Amino acid sequence: MIAILAFYLFATLTIASAIAVIFSRNPVHSVLWLILAFFNAAGLMLLLGAEFIAMLVVIVYVGAVAVLFLFVVMMLDIDFAQLRSGFTANMPFGIIIALVLLVEIIVALFAHSAGPAFAHPQIAAATQPNIVALGQLLYSRYLFPFEIAGLILLVAMIGAIVLTHRSRGDLRTPKVSKQIRRRPDEAVKLAGPGVGEGMKL
Amino acid sequence: MIGLGHYITVAAILFTIGVLGIFLNRRNVILMLMAIELILLAVNINLVAFSAYLGDLTGQVLAMFVLTVAAAEAAIGLAILVIFFRRRGSIAVDDVNRMHG
Repeated sequence: MIAILAFYLFATLTIASAIAVIFSRNPVHSVLWLILAFFNAAGLMLLLGAEFIAMLVVIVYVGAVAVLFLFVVMMLDIDFAQLRSGFTANMPFGIIIALVLLVEIIVALFAHSAGPAFAHPQIAAATQPNIVALGQLLYSRYLFPFEIAGLILLVAMIGAIVLTHRSRGDLRTPKVSKQIRRRPDEAVKLAGPGVGEGMKL
Repeated sequence: MIGLGHYITVAAILFTIGVLGIFLNRRNVILMLMAIELILLAVNINLVAFSAYLGDLTGQVLAMFVLTVAAAEAAIGLAILVIFFRRRGSIAVDDVNRMHG
C-alpha cells in the first residue's frame, strides 16, 4: 500500500516538475524544478530496487549537472524575455505533436504487452545487495565499457577546458618551463667584495 | 499493484515533455539542454524498470553509461554555450547559423 502511494507520489511530482521545467519563465526556477524532477525520479528508481542508480542520479544529476546548469544560467547575462518570443506561436502545434507521440508510445506499449517482462508482474526479491551485484557485473563482464565510460568523461573534461579556456595577452602569467629550467649556478652568484670596492652588478 | 506498464507510462510522459520542451523553446539553448536531460532521465527510468522486472542487472549497467554520457554532454554543451555567448552576446538559436563557413 505504501509502495503504491509512494509510486503515485513520485510519478506525479516527477511529471509535474518536468512540466514546470518547460513552462517556467525564469530559467533559474527551471533548473530548480529540474532538480526536483531528478529527486523524484531517483525515488522511482528506489522503488524499483535500483538503489545504486538512484543514488547515482542524485549525485551526478543534482550534484554535478544541475549545479553546472545553475552556474551557467547565473553567469551569463541573458535577456530571457526576448528568448521566449516564439514560445506561444509554437504552442498549439507543439502540443499536438507531443500528444500524438505520447499516444503512439502508450499504444505501442500496451499492444505489445506479451513479452517476458510483462509476464512477471512482481519484482523478484534480490538475493544480494544491489550494489554488490552491480559491482560484480561491472568489474567482470562490463569492464571494458566501464573503462570507455571513464575515457568519455576524461575527453569531456578536457574538451570543456579547451573550449572555455582563453589565453589573454594582458596577463603576466608565470612561465613555468622557464622557471623549472632555472639552475642554482646561473641564478645565484656568490660575491665577496673587498673593502671600499662596492658591488658590481 | 504497480506493474511495469506504470513505470513505462511515466517514462513515456517524461520523454514527451522533453520533446515538447525542445519544440517549444526553440530559441533558448539552456532550456533545450535541460529538455535533453529530461529525455535521458526518461530513458534511464525505462532501463531501470525493465532491468528490475526482468531480473537482469544489465539494464542498470546501461543506465549508468547513459548517465555518464549525459554528464559529458551537459559539460560540453554548456562549454559551447559559454563560448558562443562570449562571441555573440546572445544564446538565441537563430544566430547559430552565423557559424557556417
